[in-house]
Amino acid sequence: MTDTWVPDHILYLVKGRVFQLKRRKRTVTDATISGAKALIECLRDERVDTIFGYPGGALLPLYDELYDADIRHILVRHEQGAAHAADGYARATGKVGVCLATSGPGATNLVTGIANAYMDSIPVVAITGQVPTPLIGNDAFQEADITGITLPITKHNYLIKDVNDLPRIVKEAFFIASTGRPGPVLIDLPKDITTDELEFKYPETVHLRGYHPDINIDKDAVRRAASMMMQAERPIIYAGGGVIISNTSSELLKLAETINAPVTTTLLGIGAFPQSHPLSLGMLGMHGTRYANYAVQESDLLIAIGARFDDRVTGKIDAFAAQAKVIHIDIDPAEIGKNVRVDLPVIGDAREVLRLLLSYLREKQSKSGAWLEKIDAWKKEYPLQYQQSDTVIKPQYVIQEIHRACPDAIIVTEVGQNQMWAAQYFQYEQPRTFITSGGLGTMGYGFPAAMGAKVGCPDRTVIDIAGDGSFQMTSQELATVVKNDICVVVAILNNGYLGMVRQWQELFFDRRYSHTELTQSVDFVKLAEAYGAIGIRAEKPSEVPSAISEALAADRAVIIDFVVDPTENVFPMVPAGAAINEILEPEVTA
Amino acid sequence: MRHTLAVLVDNKPGVLSRVSGLFSRRGFNIESLAVGMTEDPEISRMTIVVRGDDRVLAQVTSQLGKLIDVISVCDIPSSESVDRELVLIKVSADATTRSEIMQIVDIFRAKIIDVGTETLIIEVTGDRGKVGAIERMLKRFGIRELVRTGMVAMNRNTKTVNGGDA
Ligand SMILES: Cc1ncc(C[n+]2csc(CCOP(=O)(O)OP(=O)(O)O)c2C)c(N)n1
Ligand SMILES: [Mg+2]
Repeated sequence: MTDTWVPDHILYLVKGRVFQLKRRKRTVTDATISGAKALIECLRDERVDTIFGYPGGALLPLYDELYDADIRHILVRHEQGAAHAADGYARATGKVGVCLATSGPGATNLVTGIANAYMDSIPVVAITGQVPTPLIGNDAFQEADITGITLPITKHNYLIKDVNDLPRIVKEAFFIASTGRPGPVLIDLPKDITTDELEFKYPETVHLRGYHPDINIDKDAVRRAASMMMQAERPIIYAGGGVIISNTSSELLKLAETINAPVTTTLLGIGAFPQSHPLSLGMLGMHGTRYANYAVQESDLLIAIGARFDDRVTGKIDAFAAQAKVIHIDIDPAEIGKNVRVDLPVIGDAREVLRLLLSYLREKQSKSGAWLEKIDAWKKEYPLQYQQSDTVIKPQYVIQEIHRACPDAIIVTEVGQNQMWAAQYFQYEQPRTFITSGGLGTMGYGFPAAMGAKVGCPDRTVIDIAGDGSFQMTSQELATVVKNDICVVVAILNNGYLGMVRQWQELFFDRRYSHTELTQSVDFVKLAEAYGAIGIRAEKPSEVPSAISEALAADRAVIIDFVVDPTENVFPMVPAGAAINEILEPEVTA
Repeated sequence: MRHTLAVLVDNKPGVLSRVSGLFSRRGFNIESLAVGMTEDPEISRMTIVVRGDDRVLAQVTSQLGKLIDVISVCDIPSSESVDRELVLIKVSADATTRSEIMQIVDIFRAKIIDVGTETLIIEVTGDRGKVGAIERMLKRFGIRELVRTGMVAMNRNTKTVNGGDA
């Protein structure tokens, strides 16, 4: 064996100055620990039990500490998977999700996942390695300005320049990510900071001059809201993801029952209100139920809670709930009046606002009787429906069968038609049981997010309703779930198309199916088997129930390849830019 | 409509790009932005002049307020405040025009701070009206270069943007 000479120090010459990078840790005195060790201590103090990550040069000292730390580290196969897994973990548990990636390409691979968490207000702390501080700004190997890149897609971000700031910054990052309107926070950690020594003490409190998430609720506004609710004849509650984030479902149920108002939810609000409840209208908006959209359009009072009037919800904005007075309850003052005029804003945490509201309200029986009857008539007249078949599998049928087999599963989705059918045809009763990429609409989100959800809730059944296109964007995480015994089920609604895009081409582009066909591109059963997962294929409607029960009984990750009708479309549908009661629906013949 | 905002921020690197990035991302138009340290060296103050209706102003204010490094955002109404901008103007001047230019400078209570063979540099401080007026007056002599600091503004009387209103 030849003896290679290993220098004690790597010398860097930057801008005429000489910098030393220690190869090994400095002599450790009793009082001090390394930045890497301090970070682990901070994570333990934040009760982080799991990190999704991927190592690299800039993170070597940190990974050396992780080697024997008592924090579970799950090695993903692509950093995007780590970010989505942290996001799915956070949505399923309500805790902060943590992901870790090395400098440069590792960090940039997180970007989609961070943007996804930002759009849906999900608490994630992303930690990235960075080149050593003396090299920053010199286009060093694997350097990327990740704080600059993520400026518009994080709630806040940090570049640690002094190891003594590390505990404070980590404390602030977790605080900022999880309080107020939650969101992702990124910490960029230069390599030399991880080897520098500090006297470690984790701060107990956070002092941020410019951030005060505790809001004093305007009681007068809440009182006015209460009286508007008592007087309304056609009230409707429009509940968004904020209800789930703030754990306000039981208060929402009480509110709806007290004022006798029907409840519709956004895509992200699904699960905030039990869909079996007589007051539930399901989802509104572009692919919402007819009765939800009609009810919004005819309401005289729209009570928005933790929702942000997204264009997929409102359709043509001037025509949205045009007869209604609008009460907007939200923790983020910047959401008030951003898209629609608001008659009464109430700023504050939804749960606190609703509790206060409930204390001002009396039981209301009389006024909305006729209104509820009208809505019930719409429900009977315009149910969600599709044409069943006994020769070809209808995707909606798959979802209904999954629901029948496992009504209390956590359903995660990809993006496209699969996502909309999962939203429409499963009946959601509990918060945090429907996990989907709403704001960003990220294909490839579902599978790693399902992995994160399962890690966070190991006793729950977690099913990713996937599209054949989306799944191929992050299918490499099959290696991760198999290796780590993360038993998720991936139900691919394999229509051989980028179905949602194909649907728009069919409806609005003269059936010119430009680059949306995926047919025969991959054998998903073999793909599963190649990774050591189980692959099941169902090609006929009669095979659907057994495929599902087989998957649910498996002790490993499973892919079910449901070969579904390639021509099936998502209805009802409000074309982009139309008012939400201008609804397209095909004739269904009985 | 034009609004002047006084924004107190943590005096930290990167804050300016957070603020300016927010403006460009959300499509708000900045007319001018001036920034510098305040009486407290840990706090900087930005004076931002934006154009937009009340809805835009409300969005700008609340979106700025969400930045962690932003301590406070305060709309400074022009009726209750003073605002000033400093402008340096390099204007062409020869023997025939020099005295006329000096008269204009006098009238506006501006200053000549550099005299060259072919040019003068004039320093003007004032509100938007005054600065605009002298600029118009000097135009015909040939303005070769002009630089402005951006507007700074302060509430009159005891009212301050950091909460003091004694
Ligand atoms: C990363 C990403 N790229 C492109 C899109 C645009 N897009 C939205 S839905 C869709 C098709 C999705 O196809 P598939 O996963 O097969 O789902 P299907 O609609 O067929 O159920 C595409 C390409 C997207 N949402 N995300
Ligand atoms: Mg597809």
